[in-house]
Parts: sequence; structure tokens; C-alpha cells
Amino acid sequence: MSYDRALSVFSPDGRLLQVEYGNEAVKRGTTAVGIRGGDVCILACERKTLLKLQDNRATQKICHLDDHVSLAFAGLNADARVLVDKARVEAQSHRLTVEDPVTIEYISRHVAGIQQKYTQSGGVRPFGIATLICGFDPADSTPRLYMTEPAGIYSAWRANAIGKSSKTVREYLERHWTQDLSRDDAIKLAVQALLEVVQTGAKNIEVCVLAKNKRQETLKDEEVELVVKQIADEKEAEAQRKRDRQQAAQAQSTSGLSASSGTAQAGTSAEASTRGTGSD
Amino acid sequence: MEVLIGVRGPGYVLLASNLNQVRGITIMKPDDDKSRVLNKHNLMLYSGEPGDTVQFAEYVTANVALYSRRNEELELHTEAVSSFVRRELADSLRSRHPYQVNLLIGGYDITDDTAKLYWIDYLGTKAEVPYAAQGYASYYLLSMFDRHMTPETPMEEALALLKKGYEELERRMPLSLGGFVTKCVDKDGVRVVDVTRGIQLVA
Repeated sequence: MSYDRALSVFSPDGRLLQVEYGNEAVKRGTTAVGIRGGDVCILACERKTLLKLQDNRATQKICHLDDHVSLAFAGLNADARVLVDKARVEAQSHRLTVEDPVTIEYISRHVAGIQQKYTQSGGVRPFGIATLICGFDPADSTPRLYMTEPAGIYSAWRANAIGKSSKTVREYLERHWTQDLSRDDAIKLAVQALLEVVQTGAKNIEVCVLAKNKRQETLKDEEVELVVKQIADEKEAEAQRKRDRQQAAQAQSTSGLSASSGTAQAGTSAEASTRGTGSD
Repeated sequence: MEVLIGVRGPGYVLLASNLNQVRGITIMKPDDDKSRVLNKHNLMLYSGEPGDTVQFAEYVTANVALYSRRNEELELHTEAVSSFVRRELADSLRSRHPYQVNLLIGGYDITDDTAKLYWIDYLGTKAEVPYAAQGYASYYLLSMFDRHMTPETPMEEALALLKKGYEELERRMPLSLGGFVTKCVDKDGVRVVDVTRGIQLVA
């Protein structure tokens, strides 16, 4: 227990407890999702519910580091502000020294490097945030997505989620992500993934679309509302189809009952029930 | 013998620089652009110590971009840009190696919808002026602008006046300047309006 007081000390079983507690702070933050499409990157996050008198403008969870890179975070907002500012300075500094914008890997490595430094210093605590950094490298149209963690680890992803219930969202993404998603499909997947864990609808979801050689585009509330509605309609249509199938199966089984013997009935109802579960 | 020229009129600033870049007795480059676009509505022309000029100009460009990034893409307005630049030069003056750079900053100030032209030298002297030049050109051109430029002069007339100025410089300065590139800054941003090379003089 005393091993978690000073940061730069290992616990007896080789863990840095402060770093792990940092991960816990991340898990308390609102969810953020990042998805790589065929030629777009999507960052979406849960917008924290505002208090009555709070003005919307100040709450920004998706930050733009440069024309071609954006960052979404989960965890302690104040820590994020500091880290984002350092990243912005580095992005301009890189442009100044090598006359080239940063690659996504470079800036992710830089952010992760800063986070690592704070796990190996005296008198400081790690940043309580994980980040999703995405964008396009100069002269390359492949979308890139990286995640960094309080430990200072950075890794490349095709799609990922951080923050509250990130495991649920990541599993949803694992089931539904495919290669070369179009812009609309990628947006839909991001919103669908968030809707797994976000309570209410479009007002609480912020979506940002990154495309090559275009300004970062934050979708307006109405546009997100449309996607949410589309998802809801599709879900309803699927539920209706399911109900129709079950009704048809029941109708068949009841007609079978009147016409044939007990074993035939058992056969058809078993068939109906397997068909029912298969549509999941 | 680098030449920077600027004139300001209603809603626009015309900024011009000569095209030759000379080292000793060699013309290094006949199409040298002595400017940097700082943001959508601000352009900075530089002259002075080779090396210091580009270094300083790019440093200013990077910091203006950083300001926008940090402040939700707010574009730094012309007056603020000039103040920042002046402060940097004033600080540099009392450092181990001061930047020897003289500048003209022209911009369309989006906070009050007016065009502004600033003359700034390496000592950190700043003046907001209706027309100006850096270098020997000022000896020839300021009197011309005094006579013909007014606060109401439209852009096309100002451009014609500038072209007369280029001719005058070509006629009276002992070294050929190699022509001029003229840029206009107005509410729509920065654009090149003229490239004049090889000014022919009627004998």
C-alpha cells in the first residue's frame, strides 16, 4: 500500500501503481471513439450533460492540433488542456524546423513521450488522460489513428474507444468495423458504437470528420440527429421484421398442430425457435 | 539593395518587393519572394541581414499559426500581429545576437474592417502609415506618394502609381532591382496582382 505514494517506485510485483490509478481516472471520463474509414477519420465523443446555466461553447473534447491532426481525450479535462497545448506547440515547432507538417505517428509519439516523462519524475503525477489522435500524414491519403495512455504507451488502431464503458464500445467496434468504410458508414458506426453506452440521443454526441486536404468538420446537431434517427429507424425495421418472422412461424406451427401429429408439431416449433434466435 | 514598398488605401494594402536577390556581384535568384503570409489577412515583407530575415519571418509565421490553434482558430488581427512582431524585435535588440530585420506588415484588420500598413525596423520601431518603403527606395518614392496618394485612392490607381515608382527606381538607382512582385491584401485575403520584370526605359 505504501508503494503507491511516490510515483517513481515500483511495487513488489513490478507495477507502477500511480500509472494504473491514472488508467482508472481515464475510465471515469466520458467515452470517446475513433474510427478509420477508407479515406476519412472519425472522432466522436459523449458530450457531458451541461448544467442549466452553463454555456455550451466552453466544452470541447475534440481538439485540433494542426490543420491535419485532431485529438480526442478521455479523463481529466485540465490535464488534457496542458497536454494538447504542448502538442500544438510541437506541431508548429516541427513545421518551423523541418518545414513539414508532423506525421500522425510523430505527434502521437511526442504526446506519449510527454506522458511517459511524467511517470518517471519525482514530485509529479501522471496525466490522467488517454488520447485518440487521428489524421493524415503529409502527401499521404491513408487515414491514421493512434491511442496514447497514461503509461506513455502509444499504439496504432483501426478503431478504438477510450473512457467510460470503453470495453463495451470496443467490442461493438470489433464486431462491426470493416475495411474501407465510406464517410457516411463510418459516421454511422461511430454513432452506433456510442449509442451503446450513451444515455440519450444526438444532443450528447459530438462527431468530427477528418478528410484529406479538408478542414476538420464538426457535424452540426441536426446532422447527428439525422444519423441517430436513421439508426433508430433501421433498428425498428429490424425489430418489425423479427416480429413478423416470429408471427409467421407461430402461425405455421399452429396450422401444423391442427393438421398433423404431436411429433410434427414439435418439429415445426423447434424449427421456428431456431429461426427466431438465428435472426439476432 | 533590397526594396520593400507598401501603400494603403480604402479596404486594401498593396505590398511590393523587388525580385532580385544579390550576393556580392552575383544575382543569386531572379524571382525572390521577400514575403510570408502570416494568416488569411496578413502579409509581412522582410529585408535585412541574410539568414536573419527568413529565420525571423518563419518564426513569426509559426507563432501566429500557434495562436490560432490555441484560441479556437481565432485569426490574430493586424494590429496585434504588428505589436507581437515589434515586441519580439525590441527584445531581440538587447540580446546576444539581435535580428537585423526590417519589415513591412500589411493587413486587413478584421476587428474593425480597415486596412493597415505598419513599418517596423530592427530596433523595434513601429509606425502605422499610409505608405512606406524600406531601404533606399524611400528616398525616391515617399515624395511621389506624398504627391499622389490619398486615403481614398482606389486600388487600380495605386497599382498604376506603384508601377510608375518601379520605373523611377529602375531609372535612378545604380543597380538593377530585377523587377517587382506586387501583392494585395484585402477582405478576401492575400493575392498577387502584378509581376513586373525587365522594366524597359524609354531613353
